[in-house]
Amino acid sequence: MAAGTASATPEPVIRVRGLVNRFGDQVVHDGLDLDVLPGEIIGVVGGSGSGKSVLMRSILGLRRPNAGEIEVLGIDARSDDDAVRRQIERNTGVLFQDGALFSSLTVGENVQVPLKEYHRDLPDSLRYELALLKVKLAGLPADALDKLPSQLSGGMRKRAGVARALALDPPLLFLDEPTAGLDPIGAAAFDHLIRTLQQALGLTVFLITHDLDTLYAICDRIAVLADRQVIACAPIAEVERLDHPWVREYFHGPRARAAQTARERNLGILDMRASDVRSQT
Amino acid sequence: MTAPPAPSPRIHTDDREPGRLRLSGQWTLEHARRIGKQLESAPAAVAAIDASGVDRLDSLGVLQLLRFAQRRRIAFEDVTFRDDHRALVAAIDDVSDERPKPRREYGVYAALARLGYAVTDNWREFLALLGFLGEVLSKLLRMAREPSRFRPTATVFHMEQVGLDAVPLVALLCFLVGAVVAFLGANVLRDFGATIFVVELVSIAFLREFGVLLTAIILAGRTASAFTAQIGAMVSREEVDAMRTLGLDPVDLLVIPRVLALLLMLPLLTFVAMVFGLLGGLTVGAYGLDIPPQQYIARMHDTMELRHFWVGLAKAPFFALVIALIGCLEGLQVEGTAQSVGERTTSSVVQAISLVIILDAFAAIWFMEVGI
Repeated sequence: MAAGTASATPEPVIRVRGLVNRFGDQVVHDGLDLDVLPGEIIGVVGGSGSGKSVLMRSILGLRRPNAGEIEVLGIDARSDDDAVRRQIERNTGVLFQDGALFSSLTVGENVQVPLKEYHRDLPDSLRYELALLKVKLAGLPADALDKLPSQLSGGMRKRAGVARALALDPPLLFLDEPTAGLDPIGAAAFDHLIRTLQQALGLTVFLITHDLDTLYAICDRIAVLADRQVIACAPIAEVERLDHPWVREYFHGPRARAAQTARERNLGILDMRASDVRSQT
Repeated sequence: MTAPPAPSPRIHTDDREPGRLRLSGQWTLEHARRIGKQLESAPAAVAAIDASGVDRLDSLGVLQLLRFAQRRRIAFEDVTFRDDHRALVAAIDDVSDERPKPRREYGVYAALARLGYAVTDNWREFLALLGFLGEVLSKLLRMAREPSRFRPTATVFHMEQVGLDAVPLVALLCFLVGAVVAFLGANVLRDFGATIFVVELVSIAFLREFGVLLTAIILAGRTASAFTAQIGAMVSREEVDAMRTLGLDPVDLLVIPRVLALLLMLPLLTFVAMVFGLLGGLTVGAYGLDIPPQQYIARMHDTMELRHFWVGLAKAPFFALVIALIGCLEGLQVEGTAQSVGERTTSSVVQAISLVIILDAFAAIWFMEVGI
């Protein structure tokens, strides 16, 4: 089952072919294909245990797949060559579920970690200023810089995680359930942040989520993981109409209807689909 | 997307428009130093910047350009960017208005301040321990009035964990230390032909001091850390808060069973420690010093007084209280993170061992003055 990509589209940023992941007898992915196009926000959905996180970990090279090909920015993600792997790590930013900030470092130091690692020659003052810039881009106040992760709320920790993920200006951003555990206002603000950053920095965003609001608000395309494969990869209007038990349950359950109406209500207020030009090829 | 060799950032000036800087190349993180140099060597009189010839631009490039424009007092409108860079520039211009200096003092004052904080922190820690002692004692009294609050199962469980399970370790370590003391003593005493005094040395050392001290130190490492980690993990998962909301008192439920268990088991373990320390001496005497066991025991009978045993054992409940209270208190002071659990566990072991040795020293002086 091919991920729905038109032939005239640009070279994909992430390209997964025939991915197989197994844990013992349990097969999580069986011949999974996926293309992520430059400049889009792709939302990955699927039931618990459908292998969303495993897919992300495989793409990031945190897990070695049992079979299949993965290319990130044209680089083979399964390579054993450290230099090749660093090339991918340098060009991807990842936000883990709870931010995964280093708890013994302040927010500012957290953001500076990748800068120190990859750009040792950067003058201290400039590195500090760049960290401040990223923290504020992520929507945190300047005084958050000197705080420890434990002194921040869940939403702020996620923003700090985004700031660290963006430290190296990566073209590719991975988000694992960015709005999980946030209140609706915080979640909406976070959606807005992702959309703004994506437009300002020209990011490609790979977003795992359960949050229907996020899907409706900011995702250009939705990839549905079910039956060990990507059963659909298309704009949300198309995916909704898909005749598959899980999709029906997901998009037409009571919570989905609420999200849809909310989306229709907000259409006039939040002009977030400015990038539709780019995505609807 | 492995890029071809990156053209480094450059600044050109046109003779016809000397005040206008034309930028080209890659203004990105990789070239931070070169960007800085280029901007420094830029001509003094600049009226406008044309950045539309830049190949690649990232947030660092924008930041450095904006700062440069600020320093040279070039209006934001006089800096031209390529169309597809505008969004990035606007986003960064929005948030780059202020530039606070890094606030971190490395000087003497900071060191003094840290020392001051450490002193007050320790004092507060000590007060907290005293307060906690009071709380536990008053709740023990309340428990005496309302026996239904007592948790026999938890207490017995902890007695097994802190007491029974520690017997092999305590026995082995004390046996070995007893043997070592006997050897050391014999080496000196042999010169005076007084090898037999090894019996007194080992007996007095173990009955008065080593039995209880070694046991307390082993338990401070083994049990105080376990108490802190157990309670700390519960605090960090909000289990303790859940208990409070259910009307259960964490002191009744978590602290008192542990304190009672240790209060009962530490004296018993001390007895085990004494026995095995003496056995260590006896073994060395029999195999290394030609003192047959019968003679060793007879000598002990003749010279030892019961008061040495009581002096040692009397200290055990105090040490038990110190270890249990510190272990539980540190656990209850855990805040949220896993790192905090680790820090508190370390701190509880360090405090418990230090306090046990300090108390032991004071006790030794006191017993000497009193003449027991």
